[in-house]
Amino acid sequence: MKEIVVISGKGGTGKTSLSASLAALAGRSVVADCDVDAADLHLVMNPRIKRTENFFGGKKASVNPEKCSGCGRCIEVCRFEAIIRDEEGHTYQVDPFSCEGCGVCSFFCPEKAVDFKLVVNGQWFISETPYGPMVHARLGVAEDNSGKLVALVRNQAKMIAQREDLPFIIVDGPPGIGCPVIASITGADAVLIVTEPSVSGEHDMERVFHLARYFKIPAYLCVNKFDINPGVTGKIYEKAKAEGIAVLGGIHYDRSVIDAQIKKKPVVALNGGTASEDIRRVWINLLDQIKEEGKE
Amino acid sequence: MLSDLTVAIASGKGGTGKTTVSSNLACAASQAGGEVYYVDCDVEEPNGHLFLKPRITGSRRIYVPVPAVDEEKCTYCGLCSEICQYSAIVCLNKTILTFENMCHGCGGCSLVCPVGAISEKGRDIGVLEEGRSGPINFIHGRLTVGEAMSPPMIKAVLSTGKKGAFRIIDAPPGTSCPAITSIKSADYVILVTEPTPFGINDLGLAIDMVSELGVPFSVVVNRSETNNHLARNYCSARGVRILAEIPDDRRVAEVYSRGELVFDAIPDFRGYFTDILISLGKEAKR
Repeated sequence: MKEIVVISGKGGTGKTSLSASLAALAGRSVVADCDVDAADLHLVMNPRIKRTENFFGGKKASVNPEKCSGCGRCIEVCRFEAIIRDEEGHTYQVDPFSCEGCGVCSFFCPEKAVDFKLVVNGQWFISETPYGPMVHARLGVAEDNSGKLVALVRNQAKMIAQREDLPFIIVDGPPGIGCPVIASITGADAVLIVTEPSVSGEHDMERVFHLARYFKIPAYLCVNKFDINPGVTGKIYEKAKAEGIAVLGGIHYDRSVIDAQIKKKPVVALNGGTASEDIRRVWINLLDQIKEEGKE
Repeated sequence: MLSDLTVAIASGKGGTGKTTVSSNLACAASQAGGEVYYVDCDVEEPNGHLFLKPRITGSRRIYVPVPAVDEEKCTYCGLCSEICQYSAIVCLNKTILTFENMCHGCGGCSLVCPVGAISEKGRDIGVLEEGRSGPINFIHGRLTVGEAMSPPMIKAVLSTGKKGAFRIIDAPPGTSCPAITSIKSADYVILVTEPTPFGINDLGLAIDMVSELGVPFSVVVNRSETNNHLARNYCSARGVRILAEIPDDRRVAEVYSRGELVFDAIPDFRGYFTDILISLGKEAKR
């Protein structure tokens, strides 16, 4: 079983459209949406939810006003400006958006007035799609602990793939290079970087190259909408070569990518369209590369 | 002319045009006069410098506090590993292990240590740079590749520069910690979206986020098309104001791909950004 994670650095380069299509091309495989705070993959995979679970990401503090003596020890020890003093200064409250869940206020409160309990940070789902099982999640509104939820989604996907002996896990990753991205790629078999031919796409892709190298994960590249600026695309290909990253191909700018979103389908499930053909080639090249990697 | 106002440009989905709107808004505002700051809080993938091309005038490393254990004093009582919620300090028999990249810097371990064996040292997470792009004051942070936690860097970026000016915050995508840290203290939020199913789905999540935080906001529809009513219908159904629509135009995509500012390169697009400023002025007064 091979786990392939699609990431980009920059947002909006086509991770979800590509992931959905790879999942459709991979034969019966598991697909996982690890962009848990702006999940879109379900919009084109038609998942039928079979199981829903709460996600307990961590603990949060809250002050019991009945017990609070207003001594202010909590505000002294909090490093995250998460303790709010009420108007008269008699009691204190916790700002849940600033609370880092460290529990220091609760530990040091002499009145034991600060509760520190596990909270539900979101939900995760196991679904069935026309292309195989799907694991996805929804982080609660303005919640944190996205890295833990990503790890949970990947774990569930792995368990399903092992149980059903499925050949691939296709992971739709989040943008950026921080916590949820690191949680999405550590220990994966390959990352597929999808970028776009703009100075931003080029800049962000380099940081993702370095991230993949930092975690020692084989990385491959494809350029979405490569025909928008062939000059920048050329520069991106050169950089990939210099970094020793295999280029799997370019995907034409093609209106059918948006049409697929509107029809709630993976791009390759629509007939015709240059993007669909390009994505098929990217997939075939990726399989060849992974096979080569296995031989070494 | 706007002053003493912090506006965050955010979105759920990435690539909808946050940097385009914020960098061009900074240009429009600087032409109108007054002191303008462009503050790039997308510390994982900062892009504003590619368009504003600032002259960097100062830089400093950003550190987060992590525990330093003096094993001479340590009695291996284990209180530190008990209070730590992040498994960043672990006491096993007669050994103390610290995992610095798990540490959130809460300081709990050093506070709880009964024998004063734990002090704190700084761990470098990246660089903060300040500069100027013509009349625009520029600030951004670059998180070191491999670092997981961006909020401390975002907080450092946000606390830099003069208060009282007009500050435009280019926020990271998403709806979790990095986005929340960037917009929480703003006076106003502009959510940039595009009229596609993914764009609208993530706009919905972003609206939920800013509503929860209680910051006033409105929407800018980027790559808008006359006959595409996805964003208009969605906003009207949720009772959310559309501040402006920036039309879909291949010239904008080309200018962007080259790292140029729309405000400089396409004069007939300037009006969109100056109009947003005027609307912002009215919104801020409310």
